[in-house]
Amino acid sequence: MNKKINILQSRAFLTLVSIVVGFLVGAVFLGIMGYDPILVYTTLLKGIFSRPRFLAYSVVYATPLIFVGLSVAFSFRTGVFNIGAEGQFVVGGIAACIVGIFVDAPAIIHVPLCFLAAAAAGALWGVIVAFMKVKWGINEVLSMIMFNWIAFYLSNYLVDIPAIHSDGTAEASKNVAASARILLPEGMRQILAPTSNYGILIAIVFVVLVYLVIEKTTLGYELKAVGFNKNAAEYAGISVNKAVMTAMAISGCLGGMGGAVHLLGMGERISLFSAQEGFGFEGISVALIGASNPIGVFFSGLFYGALKYGGGKLNLINAPSEIVKVITGTIVFFIAISHVFKITRRKKEGK
Amino acid sequence: MDSIINSLGTLIYATLIYTPPLLFAAMGSCFSENSGVVNIGIEGMMTIGAFAGAAVAYISGNAWLGFLCAGLAGALFGLLHAVATVSLNADQTIAGTAINFLAPGVAFLMAQALFNSSDTPALIGSKLPMLFNNVFDGSTVWSRFFKNVFNTYVTSYLMFVLVIVVWFVFYKTRFGLRLRAVGEHPRACDTLGIHVQKMRYMAVIISGFLSGLGGACVTMATMNQFRPVSIVGQGFIAIAAVIFGKFRPQGAMVACLLFGFCTGLKVVLGSNNFISAQIISMVPYAVTVVVLILFVGKSRVPAANGKPYVKSR
Repeated sequence: MNKKINILQSRAFLTLVSIVVGFLVGAVFLGIMGYDPILVYTTLLKGIFSRPRFLAYSVVYATPLIFVGLSVAFSFRTGVFNIGAEGQFVVGGIAACIVGIFVDAPAIIHVPLCFLAAAAAGALWGVIVAFMKVKWGINEVLSMIMFNWIAFYLSNYLVDIPAIHSDGTAEASKNVAASARILLPEGMRQILAPTSNYGILIAIVFVVLVYLVIEKTTLGYELKAVGFNKNAAEYAGISVNKAVMTAMAISGCLGGMGGAVHLLGMGERISLFSAQEGFGFEGISVALIGASNPIGVFFSGLFYGALKYGGGKLNLINAPSEIVKVITGTIVFFIAISHVFKITRRKKEGK
Repeated sequence: MDSIINSLGTLIYATLIYTPPLLFAAMGSCFSENSGVVNIGIEGMMTIGAFAGAAVAYISGNAWLGFLCAGLAGALFGLLHAVATVSLNADQTIAGTAINFLAPGVAFLMAQALFNSSDTPALIGSKLPMLFNNVFDGSTVWSRFFKNVFNTYVTSYLMFVLVIVVWFVFYKTRFGLRLRAVGEHPRACDTLGIHVQKMRYMAVIISGFLSGLGGACVTMATMNQFRPVSIVGQGFIAIAAVIFGKFRPQGAMVACLLFGFCTGLKVVLGSNNFISAQIISMVPYAVTVVVLILFVGKSRVPAANGKPYVKSR
């Protein structure tokens, strides 16, 4: 009996309930708008699962989201809300792009170099904000919103420079060199998707790494302590300022690498943005659905990526793909209030 | 000289056009944040308001009815945010993030369902009115200057009225005093018999209402229709402006005007070939960062901001 209650109270179970509720609310909305929810959902599921190619595409869509989700989750653990993941993603992408275009090296060096550049750029973007907070007390949410836009226009500016701009008519950068791409071998891509890449493997490595850092190292312990209670941590001799700087540096690294994996995997080049692409905000959702736990983030990233890819298929039956937004919004909303169900259960248990 | 006066006129005009959405939403954010509820869902509430305003105005042909419905649509999501954060003690940032997905999702969905398109049809007769655009005939340099400046919609004047009203409510009424007190020390307020939950509900719903109006300022004045890209980040800029303005309405106004001005600068300078348009576009954000470092510094957040209030039993 006790075990049963434990399962019912676990985060994973509450998350699953939230996901079910998300789809139910989505169905109600579809019904009100005059669409057939069952048809829409079967199309969605078929669009994700009915062919290996669709599944492979879902994984490709999910990979950058896993990185951004990790980035947001990591900072959450230290009590910092990384609304700046969008900017870190963008500067990471453009840094990887520049290294990908201009450096001439064999793949074994070129790819790590691109990732390194992206991680450094993302970390820089994170650290500047953390430094401003620590040194001058400037609200990090405010400065991150500004840095998201600065990154946006910086990327557009760089893409527009003749040396980087595409030789063709496209409003985009040149393509990165083939040696910088992380695509799977041709034969495998013919079976899977044309853009299937090693990114997911790199993501798994980082999921494990982040898990180890958070759960098994002194650094992770200190960061979590700061996230739980700043004052207690400070009293215990942990430097809160240092923790915030470190957390934002690592968080920025992960966000920047998300930009790199997107570019070197499916993107090939950076387009001129007309609006923010929203990877940062999707990453926040991924982190929340994954309960800011690296392994949770991995699965919620896959889930989100699949929905994002499958949602595109809805246009085929003339249904609005925007329903995906309503579903994810509802899921996150119910995750936000899910602790209520926990409390009522505990009360019952007490009686 | 004439061309300088002309450019100056265009600059003021552009400031007056770009500021209203930010300022309406920022006033909304002021209410919520000062009552102790972080509302990061402003962006979503603006989007649903932007849609509702344009859609109702198009269908009914009445601009003011559309404007009102924009506010109500925003308020509805404000209510949702309040239920989650005030009654159910949800994490305010997470609930706000959810609103930012939910509200635009609903807006885009309804656009598809009602108009079978991602955009609403263009408003022709039912945009919000202009006020003084016919006063000056543009026959002399200065007349042209003023004609330029006043070539703007009613929202550009309403926003200043709104700031005065909000300032008055905040600092000269009992409601305002209680609102701010609830955001500083809810337990003390509770002891004195102020209904903390009720105050916060009102504040968050008002913030939704004003954000909705802010959204409508885009789709019913600056543009003449709702598009998925109508609201892209203005909500976050409004939040930033409130933090910048140290959570005071008058401070937020200065920040919004600075933003509107820099956006206007981008439009005026945008046509020259000396500086990249992308770099000019970056100016408002870079200026904000510099101003923050040099003049503003530490932002004093309302003490109970972000913390759910649980009545002790």
